[in-house]
Amino acid sequence: MFDFSTITTAIDQFLHSVLPSQAALLVECILVALCAVLAYVMLAIVMIFMERKVCAAFQCRLGPMRVGPWGLLQVFADVFKMLIKEIISIKNSDKVLYNLAPYLVVMSSVLTFSCLPFAKGLQVLDFNIGVFFIMAASSFGVLGILLAGWSSNNKYSMIGAVRSGAQMISYELSIGLCILSIVALSGTMQISELVAAQADGWFIFRGHIPAFVAFIIYLIAGNAETNRAPFDLPEAESELTAGFHTEYSGMHFGFFYVAEFMNLFIVAGIASTLFLGGWTPLHISGFDSFNTIMDYIPGVVWFLGKTFFVIWLLMWVRWTFPRLRIDQVVSLEWKYLVPIGLLNLLIMTLCVVMGWTF
Amino acid sequence: MNPEFIDINDFRARMETLRRTGMNFLRDIIGMDWGEEGLGAIYSLENTSTGQVLQTAVRCCDREKPSIPTVCDLWSVAELYEREVYDFFGIHFAGHPDMRRLYLRNDWVGHPLRKDYNEDEAINPIRMENEIPEDVQRPYELAEDAEMEISDKLTNKIHGDQYIINIGPQHPATHGVLRFRLALDGEEIRKIDIHCGYIHRGIEKMSEKMTYPQILALTDRLDYLSAHQNRHALCMCIEKAMGIEITDRTQYIRTIMDELQRIDSHLLFLSCAAMDLGAITTFIYGFRDREKILDIFEEVTGGRLIQNYNTIGGVQYDITPDFAKKVKEFCQYQKGKLQEYNDVFTNNIITRKRMIGVGILSYDDAISYGCTGGTGRASGWACDVRKRHPYALYDKVDFKEIIYKNGDCYDRFLVRLDEIVESIHIIEQLIDNIPEGDYKVKTKPIIRIPEGRYSASVEGSRGEFGVFIESKGDKSPYRIKFRPMGLPLVAAMHKILKGAKIADLIAIGATLDYVIPDIDR
Repeated sequence: MFDFSTITTAIDQFLHSVLPSQAALLVECILVALCAVLAYVMLAIVMIFMERKVCAAFQCRLGPMRVGPWGLLQVFADVFKMLIKEIISIKNSDKVLYNLAPYLVVMSSVLTFSCLPFAKGLQVLDFNIGVFFIMAASSFGVLGILLAGWSSNNKYSMIGAVRSGAQMISYELSIGLCILSIVALSGTMQISELVAAQADGWFIFRGHIPAFVAFIIYLIAGNAETNRAPFDLPEAESELTAGFHTEYSGMHFGFFYVAEFMNLFIVAGIASTLFLGGWTPLHISGFDSFNTIMDYIPGVVWFLGKTFFVIWLLMWVRWTFPRLRIDQVVSLEWKYLVPIGLLNLLIMTLCVVMGWTF
Repeated sequence: MNPEFIDINDFRARMETLRRTGMNFLRDIIGMDWGEEGLGAIYSLENTSTGQVLQTAVRCCDREKPSIPTVCDLWSVAELYEREVYDFFGIHFAGHPDMRRLYLRNDWVGHPLRKDYNEDEAINPIRMENEIPEDVQRPYELAEDAEMEISDKLTNKIHGDQYIINIGPQHPATHGVLRFRLALDGEEIRKIDIHCGYIHRGIEKMSEKMTYPQILALTDRLDYLSAHQNRHALCMCIEKAMGIEITDRTQYIRTIMDELQRIDSHLLFLSCAAMDLGAITTFIYGFRDREKILDIFEEVTGGRLIQNYNTIGGVQYDITPDFAKKVKEFCQYQKGKLQEYNDVFTNNIITRKRMIGVGILSYDDAISYGCTGGTGRASGWACDVRKRHPYALYDKVDFKEIIYKNGDCYDRFLVRLDEIVESIHIIEQLIDNIPEGDYKVKTKPIIRIPEGRYSASVEGSRGEFGVFIESKGDKSPYRIKFRPMGLPLVAAMHKILKGAKIADLIAIGATLDYVIPDIDR
């Protein structure tokens, strides 16, 4: 497998040879931030286009077809439109918090995004408590949503935000339990090591039943974390018009919109990292020639392929299921997912201790 | 029809007797202004077990301070009906707990359906400021000397310390401009106050100045999803009054069109109910299939939503030569699609959890609130006008009246799905046998209805749609009244909503299936 760290190291050495070390670090930081944000935005655009086409296919439609071939330029046109729209300020709203909220949401999502390992060595943040960091960074997005609902001075927004708070804080628990069971299986929290440990077999195969259960719970809870149907109560358009972002316009709304899509990508990316082997190719022990062919496919393709597969699964759910009610959402989490997750963690630990894993 | 006039002093006692003897369905209250003879109201009653129909009327000679005893404790639906009469005629209903205007603003001057109403625009200009919410108001009470007086007690409609939220007038789930003022406790609804009239066009008032053929065009704009049935009812009423015999061919065409319209409406119901619950894919499926009916409508009548097809003495144009073929094709197509809705939506676990046991309307409440149509049948009330008082060809075709028992959202949903099947069944019995003949009989160039009172009712897409005409022998009616299908449904909302959450309100609203232009006529 090609190791991207050779490129990054080369750039690092080059910068250090021409610049003093402080300046080199600064340039590196800017370069990394630029790349991360660019990748973030490009992926968001791809995702929006994908969502439209997938949804159209489920609904026996064609989706966008007019702007560009197969409507490829539609999303760019939409983004451009959103950029030039006026950002409306609301009378009697809490101006500081109102303007801060979308940035908090995007920040949390960019931070989490930068932890994703796209290929060997192609990762912004990688340290020994990587998984912990992901959970911490992703969980302050809810703060932005709560602030948005509170500061908008709108009753619909308020109800949406409160729903969102109840829902996201609840479902973080399940996500934590699922991730813990994988940590128990692998024995590490560093993301690069987690992926490397799956070179001979993805965790969903190695951890068999408990890993599979954790994967399913993770998908459900991840869907709830991203506020997508059937868990889209915070913005349930038929109940609360647009929930917490009712009062936002222009790019402020755009931030919520993009962050929602990218959170979906992040949830799917973490799922593929933790359960489906991240950028590691599919290896079947004994089939050496097959394994060699698989190795020729670059790691980025593997990672994006797996991630988009999970995204597609989540979109399938999104466009099929009706919306739950708030009490059903909460009781699903606390009465079913959390107990099952705890039990699953216990079983996983037992399996690891007894050596019942592959 | 000839209502039984009751003296105002015996009125309350007589109505109580009628209620006790089984007249449990109050179809409508028709406010009347008889000029010199005073103001009054006509009550249309029905005994749901025997099918006996009775009209009573009451008259109040005092034009300055007219007052009639309320009946809203006998029939729950009277609460809104009486508010409507109060709004348009200024008749106070003594003992009514909430005597406010229903449609017009509180600061409206005068009562528009009175014959002496001053239409000067200077009196009621377009007001640019908001209406003051009437959280506090004074109910009218019957004092000891039997005179109406304004009581000193103030009633709080909605308490100030609760979280008040407006659902509507512009809201995705009210399917139009209806406004619910909700008092919330967390997510739970404590109180609901209904505000109608945002698109009230005064069709009944307009009609009093129009000739009968002109009025026909307005009926399609009442409940636009039962445009055919509405117009059918008015045509039937006028034909009955003038003694016009219509041809068999017309009857066949009308019946088929009514049923197509019903399928159209139920498909839209299915789509919108799914959309309100968040299942957008099902919404698109419903609209995709509904499009096929609209195409048929367009080909035959020229209109898709508003068809203007029925006319006095027949229908506007003859059916197209390949009408029968297209309708049969559609019937075949639609039968296959029903399973698809069930697979993707009806049998979904979340749909069932959201609907089963939610928003229960009991059998007695359904009758007391006069919730006809699918809503009533879901509660076990056999209220189909096509069976109760057959008209057109409904006594000649074989079809089942779909009745469910529980009266919850899921049953209301299933009733409509099953009715699509029954409607297809009716169409299939008729479509091959459309007799030759005239599609329209010759009528006089100027339509005059002989003096008297006439009424007709049909089964609209969402309940009983009735027309009442009082004529003085002129080209235009002295008073015309349409029985709304949606108003009783909305009246029942606060009963159904006991202990429901916001999300339930949406599910209940969707399955009650009201259409706002029908409430705001």
